[in-house]
Amino acid sequence: MELTMLMYLIPSLLMFACGVFGFITRRNLIAILISLELMLNSVDLNFVIFNRFLFPGELEGMFFTLFSIGIAAAETALAIAIIINIFRSVKNIDVKDITKLKF
Amino acid sequence: MDQTLPILILAIPITMFFILGLFGMKMSHKLAGVLGILGMGTAMVLSYTVAFTYFFSGDAAFIIDGVRQQVEIFDVTWLAFTDKLVVSLGFLLDPISAMMLVVITTISFFVHLYSWGYMEGEKGFQRFYAFLSLFSFSMLGLVVATNIFQMYIFWELVGVSSYLLIGFYYKLGSAVSASKKAFIVTRFADLGMLIGILILSFYMPTFNFIELTQNGGPELALTSTGGATFLGGSVLTWALILIFTGGMGKSAMMPLHIWLPDAMEGPTPVSALIHAATMVVAGVYLVARMFPLYLMETASLDFITGIGAITALYAAIVACAQVDIKRVLAFSTISQIAFMMVSLGVARPEIHEGLGYMSSMFHLFTHAMFKALLFLGAGALIHAVHSNDYTSMGGLRKYMPITHWTFLIGCLAIAGIYPFSGFFSKDEMLSAMYGYSTFWGVWMTAVAGLTAFYMFRLYYLIFWWDENPNYKHHTPHDAPWQMSLPLIILAAVSCVAGFIPFGELVTWNGEPYHIHIEWVKIAVPSLCVAIAAILLATVMYRKKNSLPDKFAAVWPGLWTAAHHRFYWDEMYMFVTHKIIFGGICSFIAWFDRQIIDGTMDMFAKVTQKTSYAIRGLQSGSIQTYVWWYFVGAVALAAVTAWVIL
Amino acid sequence: MESLGNIVLYFAVSLIIIVFSVMAVKTRKILRAATYLLFVLIGTAVFYFQLGYEFLGAVQIAVYAGGILVLFVFSILLTQNPADDTQALTNHRRFVGLLATVFGTAFLGYALYTMPFVEGISLSDALGSSDVNMQMIGHKLLSTDKFGYLLPFEAVSVLLLACIIGGITIARKR
Repeated sequence: MELTMLMYLIPSLLMFACGVFGFITRRNLIAILISLELMLNSVDLNFVIFNRFLFPGELEGMFFTLFSIGIAAAETALAIAIIINIFRSVKNIDVKDITKLKF
Repeated sequence: MDQTLPILILAIPITMFFILGLFGMKMSHKLAGVLGILGMGTAMVLSYTVAFTYFFSGDAAFIIDGVRQQVEIFDVTWLAFTDKLVVSLGFLLDPISAMMLVVITTISFFVHLYSWGYMEGEKGFQRFYAFLSLFSFSMLGLVVATNIFQMYIFWELVGVSSYLLIGFYYKLGSAVSASKKAFIVTRFADLGMLIGILILSFYMPTFNFIELTQNGGPELALTSTGGATFLGGSVLTWALILIFTGGMGKSAMMPLHIWLPDAMEGPTPVSALIHAATMVVAGVYLVARMFPLYLMETASLDFITGIGAITALYAAIVACAQVDIKRVLAFSTISQIAFMMVSLGVARPEIHEGLGYMSSMFHLFTHAMFKALLFLGAGALIHAVHSNDYTSMGGLRKYMPITHWTFLIGCLAIAGIYPFSGFFSKDEMLSAMYGYSTFWGVWMTAVAGLTAFYMFRLYYLIFWWDENPNYKHHTPHDAPWQMSLPLIILAAVSCVAGFIPFGELVTWNGEPYHIHIEWVKIAVPSLCVAIAAILLATVMYRKKNSLPDKFAAVWPGLWTAAHHRFYWDEMYMFVTHKIIFGGICSFIAWFDRQIIDGTMDMFAKVTQKTSYAIRGLQSGSIQTYVWWYFVGAVALAAVTAWVIL
Repeated sequence: MESLGNIVLYFAVSLIIIVFSVMAVKTRKILRAATYLLFVLIGTAVFYFQLGYEFLGAVQIAVYAGGILVLFVFSILLTQNPADDTQALTNHRRFVGLLATVFGTAFLGYALYTMPFVEGISLSDALGSSDVNMQMIGHKLLSTDKFGYLLPFEAVSVLLLACIIGGITIARKR
């Protein structure tokens, strides 16, 4: 039995689908962020998979993933800072309740 | 001539306007009054100097071989739009402008002096003097204009000053509407004038009066507009008539006369200065200024004659049936200006060497003096009685001797009784009219008789009539010296002004004209008519009796119509309100509101409704956005795949 | 022919990733969701190792599992009671989410399945031709040549600095 590219892409696709579902349905800001991380992770995985199977001699996919992880870390840190700030003023992090700026 | 004096003549009043206008509120009434009077007095002395130099110095610049010249003291380019369209500001000195300088500054000075007494203690005293100065400046600028455009600018400035002064009692509703009426009516007339100026300037390379009227200018105007006709008149005729329209507005010729009687809502000194002596003769001055052009198209002069003759008769008849003494004087003014207009209209070089022009200017001069006198006298009466109507007066000759005598002199002058000034100028005018056509001569003689009648009717009703009137509040008495002095001086001038050899000074082409009174043919008949009219007035109005009522009852319709000024105002009201506002404008307003605004409103409504309907899309919920985004991306990819595969 | 160990590892990790992904978005306890996310991240790291990117796997574990997850846990503990359940999903919401997810997954799966280049290459083939060593990564990261990554590297460092400052500014007490 061979391990082909498709076999690696399928878990990645399902991970992405879970991320989309979570992002659309969850109410909690942190849960939304977790879903976001899932999607991001699946994309990272795809980069690496394509890099390995289609251009084994190159390193572009790997480097993209490397930077993506760095940026994800930065983004998460900021997002959590914002969430904590929101929590401080609204005492809640449910997206339904954050409507102060809404017309 | 040195430029200093002419510049000062204009600069002093405008400086006074700014000083009194800006700092007047901080001054006492006395200081403001003295400043205004001193400023105007200086301007008067300077004007006399300039006029004297012009007429009598014999300087080669002003008179060559006995012909008086038109001199531009200075003429600076102000706005150069193109090579051709250049507006300049300058100071033109010629016989009529020198004469007008004297008239304007004299009357203005006396009115300044008179107002010191008349307006004493009034709120806005300083403002009044500021506006008087502004008016004097504008009027002086108008008469010394070197070109049509400068004249037009100052023309509008006098209109504004007149508006401000009529509406001086701005808390009084009638004064406010009168000022609006005056402004709107004259503005309409000025629109015609502007169109006329534009037509003329389209064909002529210049605005300048000297170039327009001297050395082949009129002939050039005729040839350059030659051939083109419009509605049966040549283009030049139309341009001249349109320019004259402006004069009709300012000089209250029919049918644009309706503003002048209402303008009497202003303070009486203003009526004397603006609405009797100076501004209202601007139309006459305008025609006189461009007279050589008018000579080119005698149809325009015939138009002026016709308008003038009808206005003169109309105003004279109306003046016989007015109650308000200022209204009587106002209609008398209209009638007299129309007299001047007719005289200008019948002036031809071949008839007595342009006698009509000279006599018109002469009458302008004498009329300014005695009409100002009459208005100032009326002001003194109103000051004493606190009413404008002769019904509240009567028998005043015992209480107010100075006013009585000066008013009588004014009445005699306007009636044309020898040796008062009006006799001489009116006699010359009638000579010119008879010289042109007997019809107009007889017509205007009749008007002169009517003039004598209504003036003495007014005189008797004020000073005789009811011998023991009931003056409830206090006994009327003569006005203070500031008011009496101008009356006395103007009366003296009215007595002697007729002996001025006016023909030697002012003629249409600068050459002297030797006045000779045609006693047998014209003077004696017109004197007889005037005396007969005065006698009739004496019989009817000297003592309180029922004769006037009987006369009125003979033609009740005529009397009522004359009393209502032949319903001109009502006609205007009908046309403006019923036809224009009610008819045409309501449709236009409907169109504007429903169609034009409606279209715009529809855009707004559609946008609003659509936005409201799709407002839900802008929920602010990121998750909904992501859902749409994701569905959209998938759909897009699906479509792309569908197309590719 | 792959070694049996690799195949078993693949299936085990795939299962872990799929199951814990689903659980991470389905659980109503937020702290558990974070924990399930950790398993998914570690599974991804195992895939990286399996695909021959050891350095990337190490970074994944260090940054994601070590850094970000800790941040999540801190923030969860700061903002709510871990024992509480979050609100249950409404049917409408679930339907909407499922609709998008199922259709999207179906379409993407179809696309993956029909793409021509996914066939024919096996992992052993792909792995045999290359060796990703640390020296190479370091040189590439600091190189200015073609396929050199100095500029993005510096950009990311600036980004991280901005992120630090931003985080402090946003979260600090006023």
